[in-house]
Amino acid sequence: MSLFDKFQPIAEVREELDRLGVTPFGAVTERLLSATEGIVSGHRVILAGTNNYLGLTFDPECVEAARTAAATEGTGTTGSRLANGTYAAHAALERELAEFFGCRSAIVFSTGYLATMGMSSTLAAPGDVILLDADSHASIYDGCRLSGAELVRFRHNDAADLEKRLRRLRGRGANVLIIVEGIYSMLGDRAPLAAIAALKREYGAYLLVDEAHSMGMLGERGRGMVEETGIESDVDFIVGTFSKSLGSTGGFCVSQRPELELVRFATRAYIFTASPSPSVIASTRVALRIVRDRPELRQQLWDNAQRLYDGLKAQGFRVGPDASPVVAATVDDRAQAIGFWNQLMHRGVYVNLVMPPATPTNSCLLRCSVSAAHTTEQIDTILGAYAALKLSDDDL
Amino acid sequence: MPDYNVLLNQISEILAPFVKKGMTLTEDSELVAELGLTSLQVMELVEHIEDELDISFPLNILPDIRTVRDLALRLEKITNP
Repeated sequence: MSLFDKFQPIAEVREELDRLGVTPFGAVTERLLSATEGIVSGHRVILAGTNNYLGLTFDPECVEAARTAAATEGTGTTGSRLANGTYAAHAALERELAEFFGCRSAIVFSTGYLATMGMSSTLAAPGDVILLDADSHASIYDGCRLSGAELVRFRHNDAADLEKRLRRLRGRGANVLIIVEGIYSMLGDRAPLAAIAALKREYGAYLLVDEAHSMGMLGERGRGMVEETGIESDVDFIVGTFSKSLGSTGGFCVSQRPELELVRFATRAYIFTASPSPSVIASTRVALRIVRDRPELRQQLWDNAQRLYDGLKAQGFRVGPDASPVVAATVDDRAQAIGFWNQLMHRGVYVNLVMPPATPTNSCLLRCSVSAAHTTEQIDTILGAYAALKLSDDDL
Repeated sequence: MPDYNVLLNQISEILAPFVKKGMTLTEDSELVAELGLTSLQVMELVEHIEDELDISFPLNILPDIRTVRDLALRLEKITNP
């Protein structure tokens, strides 16, 4: 037995992909032409798998703010927030996030992964119980495992199953933390947050919602699915990321609870890592202001999402249950999914190929993420590429 | 509350579809190594057992369960706290 035997299944998938000459997991973006076009692994493509929901990565104001910050504050902070890594801009962004969400306080993390992993690993502890949606992101699972709390899954988006588990815990006297996402990253489906919030109230649990794929996209102010559902007063913690709608990197947690300021000093994922670079913080602050001031971006995003979702559905693809900026087509056969991904690249469309265990089932996904920056013509080009998919690569 | 033998019988019934031809399911049968359950199938098995017994099965204890016996013993503990 070698230390590396456990990686053999990965080696087998890599060999299969090498044989086919495709690079879905090693695609290199050689040049970016705009927020929605680039040269990827030698192909000029429309970028339809980037999570750049509002298309802000090339927003002139964001770019200029990042440039200025790098010139005046340097390329990195070289330290933790609790040591030398808190600059005035980090504190300002936390104030602005709290204000944006109408919350008491906010914590900024260096990545979205660290935000969800850090919060779920710190809030609960041995003796507590975490009830998490089965399709939760890996960062949530990782954090929950680190917490040492008792970890129980409930069926994806199934409030009745959640209630069964809450009922079984009655009388135990344990603190219960429910963790769900607003929009789920793989199929773009929405959590039944109103029903979950009602259960949270009835059973006296705590509720954390990850808005990674919904902040900036839903709600009158762009706060996300919690705002859209009208349950803001029921949610104890909202976590999210800067690396999607805000076009940079980093993550956050906001809360009405004054205890969040204590959690800050107990969260290892916050304490033992370098704080975000000044340029990242600067562009994120501008992007947050744009989300607040330009609701028309959300409208454009949803118009594009609806067009792509309706188009793929009409072509017979098995898409998720809700139209959403994440539009994923399920393909049962792995070789077929790889072939389709390769054909889309050759036809000038980059999407994400997602394979088990990253998918919710044993099937593969061809996952698109739509951007407000996509033009109608680009959406139609994407649809045209899907319509032209052949069962075999022979006629490429 | 069901005792060990009752649980063993229930587990055997649930696992029957996974038992390959020529193989006999015993208390020592390993869920992943012998029955070849994938991680997704393990989770489906857990959900099935949870429904049958009206319990919640903490994920934390999954790494300690290799055999049918391990599973029955754990379920006995959960159903007879």
